[in-house]
Amino acid sequence: MVNFAVTVKPADPSTVNAAEQSPVKISVKNLNFHYGKFHALKNINLDIRQNCVTAFIGPSGCGKSTLLRTMNRIFDLYPRQRAEGEILLDGENILNMQNITTLRAKVGMVFQKPTPFPMSIYENIAFGIRLYEKLSRSEMDHRVEQALMRAGLWDEVKDKLNQTGLGLSGGQQQRLCIARALAVDPEVLLLDEPCSALDPVSTAKIEDLMFQLKETCTLAVVTHNMQQAARVSTYTAFMLDGTLIEYKETSKLFTKPTDSRTEDYITGRFG
Amino acid sequence: MNVVYLRRRAVNVLTKVLMTIATIAGVFFLLWIMWTTFRFGVAAMHWSLFTQNTPPPGTDGYGLKNAIVGSLLLMVICLAIGVPVGLMAGTWLAEYGAHGRTANVVRFINDIMLSAPSIEIGLFVYAIMVDPMGHFSGISGSVALAVLMVPIIVRTTDEMLCLVGTDMREAAIALGAPAWIVITKVTWRAARAGIVTGILIGLARIVGETAPLLFTALNDQYFSTDMLHPIANLPVVIFQFAMSPYTNWQQMAWAAAFITVVFVLVLSVLTRWFLAKVQTTR
Repeated sequence: MVNFAVTVKPADPSTVNAAEQSPVKISVKNLNFHYGKFHALKNINLDIRQNCVTAFIGPSGCGKSTLLRTMNRIFDLYPRQRAEGEILLDGENILNMQNITTLRAKVGMVFQKPTPFPMSIYENIAFGIRLYEKLSRSEMDHRVEQALMRAGLWDEVKDKLNQTGLGLSGGQQQRLCIARALAVDPEVLLLDEPCSALDPVSTAKIEDLMFQLKETCTLAVVTHNMQQAARVSTYTAFMLDGTLIEYKETSKLFTKPTDSRTEDYITGRFG
Repeated sequence: MNVVYLRRRAVNVLTKVLMTIATIAGVFFLLWIMWTTFRFGVAAMHWSLFTQNTPPPGTDGYGLKNAIVGSLLLMVICLAIGVPVGLMAGTWLAEYGAHGRTANVVRFINDIMLSAPSIEIGLFVYAIMVDPMGHFSGISGSVALAVLMVPIIVRTTDEMLCLVGTDMREAAIALGAPAWIVITKVTWRAARAGIVTGILIGLARIVGETAPLLFTALNDQYFSTDMLHPIANLPVVIFQFAMSPYTNWQQMAWAAAFITVVFVLVLSVLTRWFLAKVQTTR
């Protein structure tokens, strides 16, 4: 029996018209950030949409990493750093949230340098899960496998789960870190220059991964690489000196920037 | 060939020669000491050292059993006191104190403690423990040794934990882990080799300490495991026997010195082997 029904592809959320349908996941309102006396973020307002990749670009020191670091309050570690304003995650202001652990379970983070913990590949993944759930050995095995699958690392490591994570290549280590973050089922994944320490092949793998992950997650990625932003993201934010200069669909930002500073940056006149 | 290049080569050769001389000088004396200990020590070794107790003056006995057991007891209790204190304090400095004013004051005091003369530590413990108790005791010996050991462990733990990248700490915290889990499961593990090495260096430092024990554990001619009373130990035995007029006592002093050196050596090798194994499988 031949199926004549025309299969309609679901709209790719990365195309522009679908964008309006994606609800807002994180809403940043009048955000100011200080490192001691240094005013690092000045009145930032932007909405990050669900199941999209949002890229942050801008020259070094423009505040893009700082902005990312406010979204899971990792800056709380440092007493001289403080944020004012609102960051609404599904409508709840995370800057006033008491239970930071819940916030960090919802908002995962991957850093520039791969940071596998000094333990086996299996334990690296199980570490995060154990913080929230008490699972039987077989359930845990399943969850570890799932996380490694989602990060596209399973086939490469399934025979050496008990070996140290430090023995993997840089690109594999970074995917291990992504798997570790995914293992706790975050709703948002923050990636702070996840590819800048990697070779082109590993970078391509991680970019593919981001593409797949936005089906289930909301992604925010800081990158120095404009081509990368253009390849992976639906929306791009251009920042300069702690202010948000321009924020729109990636295709528009790179083809028809409205601000001359954006244009100067993306055409390589500075930065 | 230009002048700059020739000058660089000359400086390079000169530096290399100076460094080689310094290395040879250091290694020479080290090997000399090792060789002397080995030569006299091996000649003085006898099974009865491990089965008999130290003999009374003028007798033919040949044993160190009480001193070996006493030294081991002193060390075990010293480790039981010193390791937790040193580890916790070092961890506090690196993880909580960071580079704040309090932490820097503690580091400064710790550095002074590092170079404190051991005889002064012996006197201190004499004043706070031996005098109030009314007599010498093994436990006060362990405390004195622990006081000497703690600064070394604090310093190495602090330094090794500071070497663990901020990235790794942030990665663990970003998963939602509370500070104590980050410390016990991640940063301690990452710094494990260095921390254990620090404990070993600390142990090696106190194994041969004599001065503080003279004020605290003193010595005991008989076999005893009672830490509340004076207890025999290798360093004080070496000190007393080496200066005695009896040949068999002098022989025993060499044997005791040899046993001490071998003990430290075996301990270092075993720990290194263990750490290498742990590092590759985990």
